[in-house]
Amino acid sequence: MEVFIIYKSVIALAVFAVSLGIAAYSTWWERKFAGLLQDRWGPSRAGKWGLLQPLADGGKMLFKEEIIPNVSNRFLFVLAPGLFIITAIMAGVLIPWAPSVVINGETYAMQVADLNVGVIFLLSVTSVGVYGIMIGGWASNNKYSLLGAIRASAQMISYELAMGISLIALIISAGGSLSFADIVKAQDAGIANIVPQFFGFIIFFICALAETNRAPFDLAECETELVGGYHTEYSAFKLGLFLFAEYINMFVSSAVMAGFYFGGYNFPFAHEVYQALGLAEGSIAVSVIGFLVYFTKTLIFISVFMWVRWTLPRFRYDQLMNLGWKTLLPLSLLNLAITVVVEIFRGNITF
Amino acid sequence: MLGYTITQWLFGILAFMAIMFGLMVVFSRNPVNSVLYLVLTFFCIAGHYLLLNAQFLAVVHIAVYAGAIMVLFLFVIMLMNLNQDSEPQRTMISKVIAGVIGGLLLLVVVGALRGSEQLAITRYGHSEIGLVRNLGRVLFDEYLFPFEIVSVLLLAALVGAIMIGKKEDRPLAESNQE
Amino acid sequence: MQLTNRRKVVSDKHQTLSERIYFPAVVKGMLITFSHLFKKRPTIMYPEEQREIAPVYRGRHVLKRDENGAERCTACGMCAVACPAEAITMESAERKRGEEGLYREEKYASTYEINMLRCIFCGLCEEACPKEAIFLTDRLVESEYERETFVYGKDKLVEKIDQRIDVTKRQTPEVIEFKKRPGLKHNSLFDKTQIDRHRKPH
Repeated sequence: MEVFIIYKSVIALAVFAVSLGIAAYSTWWERKFAGLLQDRWGPSRAGKWGLLQPLADGGKMLFKEEIIPNVSNRFLFVLAPGLFIITAIMAGVLIPWAPSVVINGETYAMQVADLNVGVIFLLSVTSVGVYGIMIGGWASNNKYSLLGAIRASAQMISYELAMGISLIALIISAGGSLSFADIVKAQDAGIANIVPQFFGFIIFFICALAETNRAPFDLAECETELVGGYHTEYSAFKLGLFLFAEYINMFVSSAVMAGFYFGGYNFPFAHEVYQALGLAEGSIAVSVIGFLVYFTKTLIFISVFMWVRWTLPRFRYDQLMNLGWKTLLPLSLLNLAITVVVEIFRGNITF
Repeated sequence: MLGYTITQWLFGILAFMAIMFGLMVVFSRNPVNSVLYLVLTFFCIAGHYLLLNAQFLAVVHIAVYAGAIMVLFLFVIMLMNLNQDSEPQRTMISKVIAGVIGGLLLLVVVGALRGSEQLAITRYGHSEIGLVRNLGRVLFDEYLFPFEIVSVLLLAALVGAIMIGKKEDRPLAESNQE
Repeated sequence: MQLTNRRKVVSDKHQTLSERIYFPAVVKGMLITFSHLFKKRPTIMYPEEQREIAPVYRGRHVLKRDENGAERCTACGMCAVACPAEAITMESAERKRGEEGLYREEKYASTYEINMLRCIFCGLCEEACPKEAIFLTDRLVESEYERETFVYGKDKLVEKIDQRIDVTKRQTPEVIEFKKRPGLKHNSLFDKTQIDRHRKPH
């Protein structure tokens, strides 16, 4: 029992630390990547290649003056950023980072929690995450914040539907388990879910952009119209928490996409490679390689998120709603229907 | 711990919190606070589902009620910008009427529950009834017909909502301008 | 009426299917941004790396000394008259006995101030100067926190004896040729020795 508690705490702490670290360095990479895409160099002063930039930014956030508007609802105003970052980190508990390690006959899963309702848990956590934005926007008592919050919530509710339905199609074609670990494990055979579910992946990716409030769907904080959006009134570390949570969201959804559609820690000919290297399945070395593979995929997805941001202009709000309700929702339903028919013919669904 | 198991303690705490937050929903003056307390109540109820080993129900409860429906509630309240200043003054008569109706409702509930302690609790053979697989089996085998009826009901509601939300038919020239 | 040949006929035709699904356009845009990853960057890393400035760049002024270290300025006021921004003020004084090493002629500027906030760096002072005393250099006027500090006195304008400031860079053959024009005759009255001595052979 003690071993179990220690190992779970170590994994939980590791996931927490990695989430925060990645979130911090995502800010660096976002600026660097933006610079590179725009024929600039990006941050280059703080440390080699500007690598100390996140520390400088974090320090700045910490030591700046905190301003809480007098007219705000103080309790909710302080609560909101915490709520937002908690829900952002909570979604990360599901991700199976590496193949399980077997030590002395005991199997240790490289995952904080393997819920048998993992996919739905993911959806519910993302949908609860909108409370942080809504409460923050409302408690600021500022019309820009309120509009940003309302936009964010409407957008999240709209895109959750298409996202959920594309996930249902994924689950049906991936063997019917709602557990994240099972979905990743099922891609062990060599074919990642992207092959049968390419269409679903596109829908999921677009929805993930909208759910994480990233460009081209970053209407909740669009500067040209709403100053700073829902965090207009926030300053210092509370603002930092909001921005941090957004990057954690991006990290988690990248990891989710890499796991759901691109095989997670699996890669083509994994078993052959392990055999050639003389590594036994379940050993620590295999786990490390698997983790590195998964992590690389996640980082690539984070870069794709940024690449999209620095390419596409922002949608107009009615375009956003039209895309969500009139395009993505019917398309995801169509995808679901096609998936079901295909799976019936393949004999995976029986009555 | 005072002769109770951890589960009983958790049940007690969750139940107490659920009732507390439920009361706060009613008593808080600010509608936004009411909604937020209601969300907390839902979380407590989800905790109860978890205690019953019904993880699927718990998660779906959070996803649907806390994550979607209450967000819409909050959305509407924020859009209407209800403050305690704009709350209409309640007259004595309306308070009396509300009290009478509430009392009657309480009476009905107590009457309905009276004698329920003698009812035998029907248990399924295993405690994993709340898990997805088993729930799916039960829902799509035994209760398929009610399930489909419910889906038709929801579809009807959906169509109704779209009909209400639909714009009036306008002359062609006017709609072309959009 | 056609003003340029770049006119474009705008139509309000509906989008075709391939345009309406947006996806090809999105992919095209993504590829364009991606190609910029490998483009050459025009960035100049400023303090380490500096942009080369033109030889005739007009920067911060200097009041020259002659080869013996005596100030050349005689406080004639030609520069102040020529200055379109009225940035230059000065007061003259008479040279005392024993100050021959300090001032080249009998009269000198006891104060000489240029207001760098007014100055437009046109170089007319340099052109007006009959004594080859004031030059514009390739140095920059530094940023300051107070407005008063932008009024440069002699302490900042006169070159230090041990740190002579090279002004030959501006004296390109074209400039020297220009200065030979009849209207600028006063410049040729003076010895070109210093200028010729500093100039590197081309």
